[in-house]
Amino acid sequence: MSDQNGGGRSSSRRPFFRRRKTCPFSGTNAPAIDYKDVKLLQRYVSERGKIVPSRITAVSAKKQRELARAIKRARNLALIPFLVQ
Amino acid sequence: MSLYESVFIVRQDVSAQHVEGLAERYTEMIKENGGEVSKTEYWGLKNLAYRVKKNRKGHYMMFNIDAPSAAVGEFERNMRLSEDVLRYMTIRVDEFEEGPSAMMRNKGGRDEGRGDDRHRDRDRGRDRPAPRATSEGDKPTEAKVDVKVETKVETKVETAESPTKESES
Repeated sequence: MSDQNGGGRSSSRRPFFRRRKTCPFSGTNAPAIDYKDVKLLQRYVSERGKIVPSRITAVSAKKQRELARAIKRARNLALIPFLVQ
Repeated sequence: MSLYESVFIVRQDVSAQHVEGLAERYTEMIKENGGEVSKTEYWGLKNLAYRVKKNRKGHYMMFNIDAPSAAVGEFERNMRLSEDVLRYMTIRVDEFEEGPSAMMRNKGGRDEGRGDDRHRDRDRGRDRPAPRATSEGDKPTEAKVDVKVETKVETKVETAESPTKESES
């Protein structure tokens, strides 16, 4: 299943160890998404200040929406920059 | 009565005592309107991420409020009038969080930690932020979308590392 898309391309080069990632916000003792937790939010923001897409961070869709909301709240409170020059 | 969490930022050239006084005034005001402030947290004078009304720093104050909407409306109206309050945000919550908020917990080693995060963000393209629970979380039921992305990113990495190999596309 996983080899269907893109798998062939990569196997032509070098077989690499591919690990599946799970959503960092689900499961037991997952951190709560909170606009006040700047340190946590910073991890899901690019160096330019943009929200990192969930396909890179493997955050589930539901949690990504929650995360985006938290990041936007933190931006409004000047805890996180809107953009970094 | 509903539960609200309110954060407001006070101008930097106001003293900490004055901020406390301001907070007390607002607390009184909410009480008069039939509400209650269950927790007041002073986050200290923090650097703002960007300039707000020509200020680079601000005193952050957080309230946990249990009050009718009218009281909150009045509270917000007063903050809008006040010259000292740069910004405020009141959100409704289902329940208050226990103990000190994330801001107070992280306060100690915040600056160094921040630096680390910055650095990690910079080379995110190469080894991507690995939020915890990645290595051991091998769930076979995981959506195939993840797998696709995984390969895409990894191949990009490979080409970046060794340009001698055949190019993408």
